Amino acid sequence: MKKLYPDAQAALAGLLRDGMMIMAGGFGLCGIPEVLIKAIRDSGVRNLTVVSNNAGIDGVGLGLLLDTKQIKKMISSYVGENKTFAQQYLAGELEIEFNPQGTLAERIRAGGAGIPAFFTRTGAGTMIAKGKEEREFEGARYIMERGLVADLSIVHAWMGDTEGNLVYRKTARNFNPMMATAGKVTVAEVEHLVQPGDINPDHIITPGIFVKRMIHVPNAEKHIEQRTVRRRSDAPAGTGEEI
Amino acid sequence: MAWTREQMAERAASELRDGFYVNLGIGIPTLVSNYIPPGMSVQLQSENGMLGFGPFPYEGEEDPDLINAGKQTVTEIPTTSFFSSADSFAMIRGGHIDLSILGAMQVAENGDLANWMIPGKMVKGMGGAMDLVAGVKKVVVVMEHSAKNEAKLLKRCTLPLTGAGVVDMVITDLGVFTIDKRGGGGMALIELAPGTTHEEVRNKTEASYRIAQ
Repeated sequence: MKKLYPDAQAALAGLLRDGMMIMAGGFGLCGIPEVLIKAIRDSGVRNLTVVSNNAGIDGVGLGLLLDTKQIKKMISSYVGENKTFAQQYLAGELEIEFNPQGTLAERIRAGGAGIPAFFTRTGAGTMIAKGKEEREFEGARYIMERGLVADLSIVHAWMGDTEGNLVYRKTARNFNPMMATAGKVTVAEVEHLVQPGDINPDHIITPGIFVKRMIHVPNAEKHIEQRTVRRRSDAPAGTGEEI
Repeated sequence: MAWTREQMAERAASELRDGFYVNLGIGIPTLVSNYIPPGMSVQLQSENGMLGFGPFPYEGEEDPDLINAGKQTVTEIPTTSFFSSADSFAMIRGGHIDLSILGAMQVAENGDLANWMIPGKMVKGMGGAMDLVAGVKKVVVVMEHSAKNEAKLLKRCTLPLTGAGVVDMVITDLGVFTIDKRGGGGMALIELAPGTTHEEVRNKTEASYRIAQ
């Protein structure tokens, strides 16, 4: 069973259909599977429900699929950086379901782990609790949230072997490992392709069982959303200036 | 003379304790990291999946794979660890983070917090705020006392809630309030900013509070 495909178009062949649900890894523009997103755009598939923490920015990441109006609904926690998103939302062309970020992460983790629902304190007593089952545990209110499983998950990893074992880099990990488990089919793009045995098994984050198809993206472009730097003098955490 | 943004951040930093794991929101809360007392070990958590982060990188050393929850480029320090967003919110929801400092639009005397949406305006989303206020041991709000002469410390929030009964302390430019969110003991003014009068605070506060200085 060969998991490695020559390019994104080949890796997605036969997997895309109108109206499907796709999970896309990444936080902001960090660790997004942009080569696969571009191939989805080029396929012309429409009416997508996309699960992703954010919606990219104009012309980058999932912003590419918004520009072409291929997305019908987003399930996200924060979409502040995208003007196209706002325009389409206000025009009634785009639906949005906001999930608290931790609830979104856990819904995906649960879906991938075969757990159909769980209870969380997050959102109890707020408008997102509306219509959800509520229970009390140890005197505190909890609401029921459902696990999420997608028709297709697309993820970005720093390194992968041809068996589909994946390693992520720094904060580009984010939603990618859970999404890799929660797609009926998961396609991974990897910056560095290696052979089985080259990655220390202790260091593998996503075991290859979760990855059905993969591509090598040695020249994947990376984007910085908020470039913040400091001058060459001592400065404590979080300080500096935005440029 | 009410407190400046920096002075509010400095006051919030006095809630830090040695060994604390802390999540700082965007805006004034971010400035709190400038006032961590020397010698105190405080690890900052970033909910996208990083514990222990350093200052912004030097120009030219920005790494697109290394950002904080505000999507700003940051740096690693020797204590840094990386993890998935699910593990990150296990820390948050599971009560492993000691302190969350964040901004607000409104806070009510029962500890209700509103900081994520204004009906009729474009909503950007709650991000991790609902999880943070539901799960972190102590929640401190840092905000301007009032906005355009409208009170922000209210009897009941008029905006949709981020969390119900979640706030422990509010630091504004005029003073510091505690809220007994579990015991139902209400709100108390425990500190007045220098040069601020009780009358001024009373005029700009809709919530009922007792004075406990």
